[in-house]
Amino acid sequence: MTCCASIASSLPEPGPRRPSVDEVALASKDLGSGLRQITLSVPDMRCGACMALLESTLGKHPEVHMARANLTAKRVTIHWHAENGSPPDFAALIGTIGYTAVLPMEGRDQPDGEISGLLRALAVAGFCSMNIMVLSVSVWAGADPATRQTLHLMSAALALPAVIYSGATFYRSAWRALVHGRANMDVPVSIGVLLSFGLSVYDTFAEGRQAYFEASTSLIFILLVGRTLDHLMRRRARSAAASLADMMPKGANVIRADGRIEYVPLSDIVSGTRTLIAAGDRIPADGTILSGQSELDRSLLTGESRWEAVGPGGQVRAGDLNVGHPLTVEATAAPGDSTLAELHRMLEAVEDGRSQYQILADRAARLYAPVIHGLSVLTFLSWFAVTQDIHLSLTISISVLIIACPCALGLAVPMVQVVAARRLFTQGIVARDGSALERLAEIDTVVFDKTGTLTQYEPTLLTGNWTGPLEFSLAVSLSRFSSHPMSRAIADYASRREWEALALDDVREIQGNGLEASFRGEVYRLGRAAWAASGDADDRTAAASTIVLTRQGEILASFVFGEKVRAGSAMAVQFLKSRGIAVEMLTGDVPEAALAVAREVGIDSVKAAALPKDKAEAIDALRGLGRKVMMIGDGINDAVALKSAHVSMVPASGSDIGRSAADFILLNGDMDGIKVALTTAGRAAVLIRQNFALAIVYNACSIPLALLGYANPLIAAIAMSTSSILVVANAMRLEIDGTPPEREMRRIKKLAGVG
Amino acid sequence: MSALSFLIPIALFMGIAGLGAFLWSLRTGQYEDLDGAAERILSEKDDKPLSG
Repeated sequence: MTCCASIASSLPEPGPRRPSVDEVALASKDLGSGLRQITLSVPDMRCGACMALLESTLGKHPEVHMARANLTAKRVTIHWHAENGSPPDFAALIGTIGYTAVLPMEGRDQPDGEISGLLRALAVAGFCSMNIMVLSVSVWAGADPATRQTLHLMSAALALPAVIYSGATFYRSAWRALVHGRANMDVPVSIGVLLSFGLSVYDTFAEGRQAYFEASTSLIFILLVGRTLDHLMRRRARSAAASLADMMPKGANVIRADGRIEYVPLSDIVSGTRTLIAAGDRIPADGTILSGQSELDRSLLTGESRWEAVGPGGQVRAGDLNVGHPLTVEATAAPGDSTLAELHRMLEAVEDGRSQYQILADRAARLYAPVIHGLSVLTFLSWFAVTQDIHLSLTISISVLIIACPCALGLAVPMVQVVAARRLFTQGIVARDGSALERLAEIDTVVFDKTGTLTQYEPTLLTGNWTGPLEFSLAVSLSRFSSHPMSRAIADYASRREWEALALDDVREIQGNGLEASFRGEVYRLGRAAWAASGDADDRTAAASTIVLTRQGEILASFVFGEKVRAGSAMAVQFLKSRGIAVEMLTGDVPEAALAVAREVGIDSVKAAALPKDKAEAIDALRGLGRKVMMIGDGINDAVALKSAHVSMVPASGSDIGRSAADFILLNGDMDGIKVALTTAGRAAVLIRQNFALAIVYNACSIPLALLGYANPLIAAIAMSTSSILVVANAMRLEIDGTPPEREMRRIKKLAGVG
Repeated sequence: MSALSFLIPIALFMGIAGLGAFLWSLRTGQYEDLDGAAERILSEKDDKPLSG
């Protein structure tokens, strides 16, 4: 057990896939001189001891050259000697010390070294700009020409590294945009910096009075500060969501024409490829089974957690998990064309939905760049026409260019969203998209799913009757042969009482019905009443929550199960009602069960026995009435409803589809997160409005001043930077409710294994 | 003026020394993983007891 295992096990497992040795080899990078590198994501890494343990265990392996853990990104990077072909099984090794390793999702996290690069540029820009500032104090205070000239030359020399090295970030981005025919906000910044530097160099050699080296370098410095802060914040908000969402294999074992088995990446699988699916692997592409008999866990797509038996000729879909014996499957479509991939694409496209503010800001930015340039050129021409002084006109037009830059406007919304997402993350709520907060602030109706959302999955044993201690022992002994949640509940209950382990023969588990075994020559059954009592396996009308033990049809014991409502559900419903938000329940379960839970949590409006299609239609109906609906579900039969709601949440124990469809993931599983998320959304909306006001006021005041010639490049740079910093500082003011005492106590009790 | 001619270079030199030190500190990659760097100082692998 690891130091943090208790915390890890309190998270109902989403079931991350352990990568095979082949996948690791495929994903690794060649470093040259016989070394290869692989980065694995280890979401359970939580403290310094975890980090040290991982590094020392991996480091002790003979083939490993270096192992380094990154606690912030929850990853471990391993360098190993690769002469002997396939890599050691790192995932298994990490598994032996109690952690789960998965392959990180591609393209989600920023490349390593980006922060260091930014910091280097920032350091150089800071050094140069501050020293130039110091020198320019003397110049502006009135130095004699000889001193001034020397200081200008020194400033020029100091400004060179800043403008060339640190400014490269902006030039690259501006160049990339220009090459594609667009203009982003880095274009006016780059032009302003380069022009003012050029003008200042000219002035220096022409023995002019003023040089504006401070303007260009301090501009670069402040903008880099903003950019670095932005990067630092975004990192933390993403890493957990990315490692949670990773489920699909990156490749599969393919049987070639000559019978060879080769592990290939997913992109190499096409229609007609024969794949070998081992037990425990997920099917990579839709296809037909050629040979093999096995069971499939189709819950990824259908939510049906009961395994389905399949054989040759059966159809399988990408995402199904093979839980029985190896299968040979011929793919009928490429992995990218599978139902799973299509669903993911649809969901991602919807998630990518930009917020209204963002769209506004983007459109504004696209108009803005040409407008600024145009304005700047116009300024130059008009001042030149009036004064015939190129130098003055150029200076003023550069000032206009710099001061009109809409950096504050561009930062106004993202900064608040990133800060909010990061702070929510520390409270156990993952916001998958910044715009989701904005939509959250607008809702007036909340629809809850029941099973797995308001209640926990595991049934709890409410009451049990048995005719004698022997019967009880029989029931418990039988139940230990199955991993069905109800069996586990019985075993759990028994562990607190006295019972005797009996030797049973011929134990069989009949899917969907129960267990059967022989004891002292007689046949006993433990399972659904209809099946156990009369052997009628198809009659499903009896209540699903009673399990009986029978001998030849005679009932010896019965156990009644109920649903356990999650701790924070009732409070969450009450909070929503106090806010004037309408609360409804929409579930696929039977009406009696639904009403029972609704009564317990305080929901009045209940719709039961709803199929996934019905759920989606219900949401659409509410939207048709003009309501803004938030859907909270586990995604198992309401993925489409989650997608079509205005905003959606899913508890961490939900299905993968649910977690990629929803806007928020409640890591703690409790419904307390709803209150935190709602209050944060409200506050974030206020701050965004303030930021917009700040940015607009700044531009409205400063541009006329610059046009009239009252601002030189230095003042322009300072003003522009100040407005950006103000917007960032305002965003940091976002406060989140600290963990309320009751929640903290519950968390501590759970960790201690009490209550 | 004669004072400036050696004071400014001295100041710049000290500044460059500071910048160099910071850029050197970037090499260990601690800024990529600030939480990990904070925890690493507590690990005891390399400590040798002071003799005597």
